[in-house]
Amino acid sequence: MKDFRFLSMALGLAMTAPGVSAADLALSIELPRIDVAEYHRPYVATWIEREDRSVAAQLSVWYQLDRPAPSGAAPRGESGTKWLPDLRQWWRRGGRDLAMPVDGLSSATRPVGTHVLRFDAGSRPLAGLEDGRYRLVVEAAREEGGREQLPIAFDWPPAAKQTLDARGRSELGAVQLQLTP
Amino acid sequence: MSATKPSLSAVLAAAVLASAPVAQAHKMWMQPSKTVLSVGQWITVDAAASTDPFVRDHRPLGLDSLTITAPDGAVLAPTNPATGELRSSFDLRLDQPGTYKLAMARDGISASWDDAGKRGRWPPRGQPFSADGLAKVLPPTASDLKVVRMLSRLETFVTAGSPTTTVFDEPAEGLAMQPVSAVNDLYADEPAQLRFVIDGQPAAGLVVEVIADGIRYRDAVEAMELETDAQGRIEIAWPRPGFYWLNVGTEDRQGSAEAPYRRLSYTAVLEVLSP
Repeated sequence: MKDFRFLSMALGLAMTAPGVSAADLALSIELPRIDVAEYHRPYVATWIEREDRSVAAQLSVWYQLDRPAPSGAAPRGESGTKWLPDLRQWWRRGGRDLAMPVDGLSSATRPVGTHVLRFDAGSRPLAGLEDGRYRLVVEAAREEGGREQLPIAFDWPPAAKQTLDARGRSELGAVQLQLTP
Repeated sequence: MSATKPSLSAVLAAAVLASAPVAQAHKMWMQPSKTVLSVGQWITVDAAASTDPFVRDHRPLGLDSLTITAPDGAVLAPTNPATGELRSSFDLRLDQPGTYKLAMARDGISASWDDAGKRGRWPPRGQPFSADGLAKVLPPTASDLKVVRMLSRLETFVTAGSPTTTVFDEPAEGLAMQPVSAVNDLYADEPAQLRFVIDGQPAAGLVVEVIADGIRYRDAVEAMELETDAQGRIEIAWPRPGFYWLNVGTEDRQGSAEAPYRRLSYTAVLEVLSP
């Protein structure tokens, strides 16, 4: 079997850390095309956890937002929050404590392709992230599909510009974490 | 006081208890459709007794003894209770966040004796025990009288949102379980700790039997036997994700004058998720 979860670290320009709070974190997540008869967009959660696996920051959750019922019609039978516990790790790492939707965190599911998220060290959810070793975790779960989680270890704040890559084997494609001091 | 009572009391005081616990012929279980959910979701639960846990092939459990306790302590009525040939079932909507307890408790007294090599038993299943009633049916030649109070509990748990522990605040009389690890936060790669108590005190030195579901699809039951430590605790390394049936039983002399012995049994059904 191929090594499905290789992790490589490429050090970019060896810059010395200039400012404390100028760092930023960019994350790109590829949702692969999956050739099945009935494709549903996956639920995807992204968070940062400490070495003891406690959550340091929730970054994003993509899930099926509830559509308002047409006026006069009865509400739809199932809420999109029903399937959030299928993101099993995210659910226990804080997802179950959130009242969805959460401004700035939750949004609709995304189509196949590569999606980029950017976070600035000076603002939420990274503001207040203490110096230390962390794991970024991306977890995806798809209706009639599978579940996959990808962890990427990193140090915060970054000493130099870094690009950390991981690749999923089923529900996730290339995942790239870019850290800029 | 009637004339028969002193002699009956004397017989009761002299009564001894069988030293080995009677093996359960059939295992009682409840199985929720899911145990980890978001608020507002429905679950459906099956309840039955069978040789192997979770195999629906013997008889349903009556729902009369079912008590559903919500995280805020409210007692909830099951929705759509039904009793089939092989299992009973009910539904429940989890409108409050937290951990719910679904429990079936049995509490009854049973007398048995030897009468010239013939085993007598009273009262018949489903009928209440009374000392007077026993005095009427007990043959004068009876020996080896055993009067035992039987206290058994079957429990399972479901959680909407984050687990809570309010449903464990007051341990039931007899054998009960107190979570060390949250009962709806169990993962196959993490050993779980559970604690057992008798009347609220640590139940040390008891053997807990743990059986994973899917027995039909393997060649052996593969039951684990774990002994509780001085604090009544066990640690379980789950071999795989799935539903698990746990049972522990014991006997003691903490009964009443009427029934000096107690036979205690506690059964839990827990779901273990893949990490």
